[in-house]
Amino acid sequence: MAGKIATRGAYGKALVELAEQYPKLMVLDADLAKATMTKDFAAAYPDRFFDCGIAENNMVGIAAGMAACGLKPFANTFAIFAAGRSYEQVRNSVAYPHLNVTVVGSHGGISVGEDGATHQCTEDLALMRQIPGMLVLNPCDGNEMTKAVEALLNYEGPAYLRLGRPAVETFTDELEGYKFELGKGVTIADGTDVTIVATGMMVGMARKARELLAADGISARVLDIHTIKPLDEELILKAARETGAIVTSEEASVLGGLGGAVAELLAENCPVPVVRHGVEDTFGRSGTANAVLEYFGLTPEVLADKCRKAVAMKK
Amino acid sequence: MEKLYGKDLSVMAYKARLLAVEAVHRAASGHPGGSLSCADALTALYFNEMKVDPTNPKWPERDRFVLSKGHCAPALYAVLALRGFFPVEDLQLLRSIKSHLSGHPDMKHVPGVDMSTGSLGQGLSAAVGMAMAAKIENKDYRTYAICGDGEIAEGQIWEAIMAAAKWHLDNLCAFIDINGLQIDGKTSDVMPTEPVDKKLEAFGWHVVKIDGHNMEQILAALSEARSTAGKPTAILMATVKGKGVSYMENQAGWHGKAPNAEEFAIAKAELEAKIKELEGN
Repeated sequence: MAGKIATRGAYGKALVELAEQYPKLMVLDADLAKATMTKDFAAAYPDRFFDCGIAENNMVGIAAGMAACGLKPFANTFAIFAAGRSYEQVRNSVAYPHLNVTVVGSHGGISVGEDGATHQCTEDLALMRQIPGMLVLNPCDGNEMTKAVEALLNYEGPAYLRLGRPAVETFTDELEGYKFELGKGVTIADGTDVTIVATGMMVGMARKARELLAADGISARVLDIHTIKPLDEELILKAARETGAIVTSEEASVLGGLGGAVAELLAENCPVPVVRHGVEDTFGRSGTANAVLEYFGLTPEVLADKCRKAVAMKK
Repeated sequence: MEKLYGKDLSVMAYKARLLAVEAVHRAASGHPGGSLSCADALTALYFNEMKVDPTNPKWPERDRFVLSKGHCAPALYAVLALRGFFPVEDLQLLRSIKSHLSGHPDMKHVPGVDMSTGSLGQGLSAAVGMAMAAKIENKDYRTYAICGDGEIAEGQIWEAIMAAAKWHLDNLCAFIDINGLQIDGKTSDVMPTEPVDKKLEAFGWHVVKIDGHNMEQILAALSEARSTAGKPTAILMATVKGKGVSYMENQAGWHGKAPNAEEFAIAKAELEAKIKELEGN
């Protein structure tokens, strides 16, 4: 696969490719099919695509009703509306009755870019993780996204799937021994001094940070945590015990998301230094995706600095 | 089960009222006012209109019901119990930590409940999704819902109303329980929702206006809904909040308040007298 594709692009392709095999799959959108990349599914399977208009809360409710009747709806909109505006519909109409709905939040994080703060959702991972029984997924590249969609089609229960807007390098397809399993993290690269626990597009940046650290003589392990919930506690605890320091990295608020989940886990079970890398407690701003990522410090360089800090805290 | 009609339906509705009020009294909390206003419609649905099987609550071909005004769970639970979905004795433990009957309908734990509701404004969307699912899979089951007139101040209700018209959901029928009262007072003062009929017609629905305590009118409206093609039907039913208990009737204060022992004794005497009167005729 190698090359670059946005996870939303891989998602849109996967829906089309898997549609025949999974006849219960229904796709709902809220007037964003061209952006969430459900448009190809809409064209190929018009009888299984439902544009609910600019009315996200109703879309989530419709998905709940469909699921209650045995269908497998994927409800699509931007992350800010899926997890933000419709938070309570997801909580009460989907998750409380544990219905088989996948809520898809496209354009997650700040790499939305130019649209700015109103559309940059940094809270979705924390909000969705709070809901009992939710599966929360944030795949790192196109290959992983494809596998996540298929895994979701074989999963029964409420789920949140985050998609990213910009193209990111695909690398998991060339990773030896790579296997996708819901709730299981992936060791992307081994290391002994510190572990970067990353999710989404930050996994790719963690690989680059690892190279920067290697030049300093620091050996960093990199874990890809595509499933924020349920968290692969075993893998993270093992990394904490073996490397003695953890840096979490996510294109999301440092409050309550992956960083929060890992800090909670380690504080109670294996207290080692934990440094959280992500968007600090602030709103986003407009700019190209790269400019915004740089502005908020979501770069391999800043991530490497966070790792140096964590290593220093071990002493 | 033989379908019930007319007076027999009314008797059943009053039995449901008594059970609902008793359950709220025992729980010392709950929502009697709205439960009493929609008791007739609920009884007509479960004892005449809907295809359901209490011995197989998840029967895939069954008609679906969504209590969008989920706080009226005491009435729904009473009707489901009388219909045989679970023992009537269970109602004694409404809202108790020991019971499966939580304060608002819970489809995971209560046989016969098709959708978990309680957060106002959300149920109708789920009903739309159920009606769409029937169309998608070429099934002939129908979907019913009851919304409150206060509830329709929620914007999501109108999103659902638009969607039901877009997809021509003639297999969907929604009651609007127009009792004119909500927690803070008169609906016309808190947030005027009238004219509901003109609004729904403008949104592409077929509208029927009835007396929500007249069984003949309820059954006729349901029949009209069944024979209306190409669009969903709304049954706007004028009702009395607290119907059947003299001191609760038309009192916003009984929206979410439980009768004490003395008050319950009066309610029980009145509802039993009404049942006796109906049975005697």
